Amino acid sequence: MDPLEVLLTLLAVALTVVVIAGPLRRGHRDREETALTVRIADLAAAKEARYREIRDAEMDYRTGKLTERDWRAIDRQLRADAAELLRRLDELGARDA
Amino acid sequence: MADLGRALTFLALVVAVYGIGAALYGARSGRREYVTSARRATYALAGLTTAAFVLLEVAFLRSDFSLEVVWSHSSTTTPTFYKAAAAWSSQEGSLLLWLWLLSVWSALVLFLTRFRMRDVQPYAIAVLMGFSVFFAALLVFKVSPFKALPVAPVEGVGLNPLLRHPSMMAHPPMLYSGYTLWAIPFAFAVGALIVRRVDAEWIVATRRFALGAWFFLGVGILLGARWSYSELGWGGYWAWDPVENASLLPWLTGTAFIHSVMVQEKRGMLKTWNASLILATGTLAILGTFLVRSGILDSIHAFTGGDLGWPFVGLICGMIAASTYLVTTRRDVLRSEHRLDSLLSREAMFLANNLVLVGLAFVVFWGTFFPLISEALTGDKQSLGPPWYDKYVVPLALLLVLLTGIGPAIAWRRATWANARRAFMVPVLAAVVAALVLLPFGVGGQPLALLLFVLAAFAIAIGVQEFVRGVRARRAMTGEAAPLAFVSLVRRNRRRYGGYIVHLGIAVMFVGVAASSSFQHVRDVRLSPGQTAKMGNGYSVRYDRPTSRIDLSRGDVERLVFGARLTLSKDGKKVGVLLPERGYYPIQGAPFAPPLGRYFDGESTSEVALRAGVGRDIWTAVSPDISQLLKTVKVGDDRFKAAQGKIPDAQYAESLGLAIRGLVDSYTTKAPPATFRLLVSPMVAWIWIGSLIIFAGALVCLWPTADLARRRATAGYAADVARELGRA
Repeated sequence: MDPLEVLLTLLAVALTVVVIAGPLRRGHRDREETALTVRIADLAAAKEARYREIRDAEMDYRTGKLTERDWRAIDRQLRADAAELLRRLDELGARDA
Repeated sequence: MADLGRALTFLALVVAVYGIGAALYGARSGRREYVTSARRATYALAGLTTAAFVLLEVAFLRSDFSLEVVWSHSSTTTPTFYKAAAAWSSQEGSLLLWLWLLSVWSALVLFLTRFRMRDVQPYAIAVLMGFSVFFAALLVFKVSPFKALPVAPVEGVGLNPLLRHPSMMAHPPMLYSGYTLWAIPFAFAVGALIVRRVDAEWIVATRRFALGAWFFLGVGILLGARWSYSELGWGGYWAWDPVENASLLPWLTGTAFIHSVMVQEKRGMLKTWNASLILATGTLAILGTFLVRSGILDSIHAFTGGDLGWPFVGLICGMIAASTYLVTTRRDVLRSEHRLDSLLSREAMFLANNLVLVGLAFVVFWGTFFPLISEALTGDKQSLGPPWYDKYVVPLALLLVLLTGIGPAIAWRRATWANARRAFMVPVLAAVVAALVLLPFGVGGQPLALLLFVLAAFAIAIGVQEFVRGVRARRAMTGEAAPLAFVSLVRRNRRRYGGYIVHLGIAVMFVGVAASSSFQHVRDVRLSPGQTAKMGNGYSVRYDRPTSRIDLSRGDVERLVFGARLTLSKDGKKVGVLLPERGYYPIQGAPFAPPLGRYFDGESTSEVALRAGVGRDIWTAVSPDISQLLKTVKVGDDRFKAAQGKIPDAQYAESLGLAIRGLVDSYTTKAPPATFRLLVSPMVAWIWIGSLIIFAGALVCLWPTADLARRRATAGYAADVARELGRA
């Protein structure tokens, strides 16, 4: 094997080990923080999904696919869901006052 | 270079195996740091495979024939443009491309979802790394692209001439991007099923990757069709070839999935169906790779054969078994949250469209595998041709175009008849007008084509109407000018209006398919110089004279070209000149090939002459009659063999050059008859235009939206919702 190839292979191995072993060296330190971050991200994604649906329902109403009564009922429910998600995000301190 | 390449692929295998172990251990033990380490292993894997792929590309570009794969798939005369593409024309290179793309997409999705789906992620990592282990193991133990030859030859065998087409630069990477991207939602679906978290979260997290898979696979299929049309010399763009079908299968089920997940997102329905669809799509993507790589079915697209069949069969069986187990054991959590409220609803239309798409996939699957099924049952390998496919595909395609129109116009949950009347009145009128306009042109002679045109007019009218109504609503809300309202409308509702654009493109594309296949004129004729042949639609061609030339690359003969000069006339009036050709590529890397015969015994490709237009394509291909030439070649070979070693090398080479020149020139002076395939195909261009509209729509859907999660609010929650919605 060419010395340069040996060197490059060793470099690849070393870089791989550094990248992969990093979290193991840090151990449990980030665990709680990560759990919170993940929960917040999940709630934020759910909130975005509700927002998308609210906009979709409104567009369906404006383009004549939904009656006003149906739209209002759907919109009310979706907004209540979204508000609940915001409340839970607040509980986790995810939204600044 | 070979050692470094092998070391990198081996390291990639080790990293992938570690990734599986760390992800599963982290999930089972609750030690999150191992999952993070596994996620980082995907980044490392992407880095390693990128390095390996770059190394292989460099070897091809430098014509490093010490690597067997470079020697067998490239040559010094191969143009640089195609040297870069030659890497994935080989079995080994294409598998490395697969691994590289998979690792890059895996790293990307796991980076983007690093703070989401904490419980699902470890299993998704394990599945993605499992695929990587499979392909890395093939590269390490079965078909290494870095296998070195004992002695580096001075010249390579060369790239298969059929692959020397610009589409072929992009076709395989696009196709493989599609295949590998399907692995992402597949892996997250498996993870979601394992942890029994089957809400729409995994769908939302991987939606863009599913759309990306659909987009890239679609572009790959289109490029393949374009290549078939302009390179294969038979005049068509789709032959129901097994490899073509293999790419269509996951695209069809994937299209169904992209629609049906919306039902799950909005209504919590079709969970079992969606899980089954994506598991089937992921499996079909592997099946597609298997069909190309194994050579198990005869195909014009399978450029490699090998002994990879059994490993792939094992993987596919494993995927089917695991998918079946997961879906059947999670029936309790996969139950729908709601029932279908009405058959006149968007979700009912999506369900119908899914049934049609899956029906199409089943037809294509049955037709593709019928040779194997018939061989297993009767011992006789029988194939099903285009007429069989047309019998089932055409009615399903008609239904699909109809649903493409109806779907966007219907509301979720329950549409009223009054709404439906309002939504369909203008489109139905457009369809009737289309029929009345087309009938006087004799389209009624092809009732199925007429029906498709009418349905396409209906679907296009619905699409246009949706945009008009959307712009009108937007203007009513904001008072914006029409162009600005249009842009805002699409920008704020990318998924919806991107989807409508795709539907418009589908209708346009089907118009092109129906017109070109129903009203095509095809003629195979043998003409001598001076003779004329009618083509149809008032077109005729006159064979003026034969043409010939030698194409050189880096001072060596790349190919000998024999063709024809045709004068194209419409109703007796000259409208252009066509120059179809056939290129003969010399056998490379075979020192004992006959000195003159090697220029005729290798591969030959057709270079079609195409006069493309919005209304119709005039397409011609030529098969030169070189039988007389081959007699001279045989005599010449005997003489050159006898002279070898008896005359100085320089004189031998000069004589050989003169002989080749003489042979090429004699074709034009003797002017033998040639066989031509002549086609007049109406509206082929609309297939490509429709496809471009489809992909433009897909890009609109894929384009990222502003991240509202980062926005902040201060007042009450209901007000916050209203405020944040107002900012979108």
